[in-house]
Amino acid sequence: MLTLHCPNCGVHADETDLHAEGEAHLKRFGPDSSDDDFHDYMFQRQNPKGVHFERWKHVYGCGKYFLAARCTATLEVFGTYSAQTHEPPQAIKDAISAKRPGWSWGDFS
Amino acid sequence: MKRYSAFAIAREAFRQHSGWDRAWAKREPKKKYDVIIVGAGGHGLATAYYLGKNFGITNVAVIEKGWLGGGNTGRNTTIIRSNYLQDPSAAIYEKSRSLYETMSQDLNYNVMFSPRGLIMLAQTQHEIRGYQRTAHANALQGVSTEWISAARVKELCPIMNIDGPRYPVLGGLYQARGGTARHDAVAWGYARACSDMGMDIIQQCEVTGVRKNGDKVVGVDTTKGPIDCDKLGMVVAGHASVLAQKAGFRLPIESVALQALVSEPIKPCMDVVVMANTVHGYLSQSDKGEMVIGGGTDGYNNYTQRGSFHHVEETVRALVETFPMLGRLKMLRQWGGIVDVTGDRSPILSKTPVEGVFVNCGWGTGGFKAIPGSGWAMAELMAKGHSPLTEEFNMFRFREGKFIDESVAAGVAH
Repeated sequence: MLTLHCPNCGVHADETDLHAEGEAHLKRFGPDSSDDDFHDYMFQRQNPKGVHFERWKHVYGCGKYFLAARCTATLEVFGTYSAQTHEPPQAIKDAISAKRPGWSWGDFS
Repeated sequence: MKRYSAFAIAREAFRQHSGWDRAWAKREPKKKYDVIIVGAGGHGLATAYYLGKNFGITNVAVIEKGWLGGGNTGRNTTIIRSNYLQDPSAAIYEKSRSLYETMSQDLNYNVMFSPRGLIMLAQTQHEIRGYQRTAHANALQGVSTEWISAARVKELCPIMNIDGPRYPVLGGLYQARGGTARHDAVAWGYARACSDMGMDIIQQCEVTGVRKNGDKVVGVDTTKGPIDCDKLGMVVAGHASVLAQKAGFRLPIESVALQALVSEPIKPCMDVVVMANTVHGYLSQSDKGEMVIGGGTDGYNNYTQRGSFHHVEETVRALVETFPMLGRLKMLRQWGGIVDVTGDRSPILSKTPVEGVFVNCGWGTGGFKAIPGSGWAMAELMAKGHSPLTEEFNMFRFREGKFIDESVAAGVAH
């Protein structure tokens, strides 16, 4: 069973206490954006086999969002961090680089 | 190719079965093909078969990184139905279901199609209205389904408890010609027919890159060396995004794990397929006597071909109320497959931003039933550049907002 550390309340939560909320670090495009930008924001998704960043919600806990770095090929968790960020903290990037040298995801690497 | 027949069995019985051929030839890749299909699952092999049968294109290679039919084709619950709400869905799924009717004869391979009837249970007031709407839509589409009462459900499936306290059965959407087929046989039958037409089926050959000249595809790099082609069909289900990235474009798809499990074999007790979408469970009995159970998908991206245990628990817990006798059964095997899910839960059969590259993916949790129809339509798309069956399923529909929304109509369970 997948367990993730909730950085908001400090609980190591089972996946039954959590709800996956899709891709992390989505940049939102609103009514004034181009069709391409809106389409990509609304429908195109990062779907890598490997390093992935996701938003999770601690639904049966503190009820707050956080972000997780995970490997979709092995289910290994590299770390979790606050949702109030525009990119993964350096410590998370370093933890990934230690195990997956040369990784990249969207604009991050 | 020697034809399979009752006479052939009798003939071989007199010579220790020494005269059977290989079902399909083992080949190494040539330098160039007219068409390369990536993915030797049901959809890929069906595409190759109809390219040859309907359009005479036989200089075709089907390449597969694992073994033939070893992905979702070998991992599903083999349910066949076409009771969808939207017109484009009904068209392609009913084409598919009708092709299943004659598939054993067409391929000279027994795929054990069993149109035993299929019930989708209505267990809430919302579902009653939803399925009655689907029944009316199906009547207009020429798909034979009917709305049946709870008493009729009980008559068709006596082991069901229709008075459950949490999820009483209030009626059902019944498709009398829905049912099941032998999933491996579908892949093997198509492979045998493709090989017979002179196509090459190359297993354990992974695509490592897509070679382009400008915006046009010229071939693929594989673990068995480069192979040239004029047209490339990507039919790789859960790995569609990974392969698309190699060709340089993105897809509106996320890959998640979907699980199934089977019980120990028991005497025949249920001769219909039952789907309960409110509780995310579906059930049929295989010819071996195993109760075949499918559930819902996990909520997060995953490529590991195994799912979360708690989904098994949720599925079985819900089914035990509706089928109390299941509570005493031991479960024998459990497995997962990686399904490619789109935003509107409808597939993508489409040209792509790369000229000569066609993609067939996004069948999500319900691809098995669509194998022949998908292959038929994809072959037409690849040969002619357009097909009436695939028009609405192009990958650019999201930009226009022209969704084929089956996520409400079909539920999560397919």
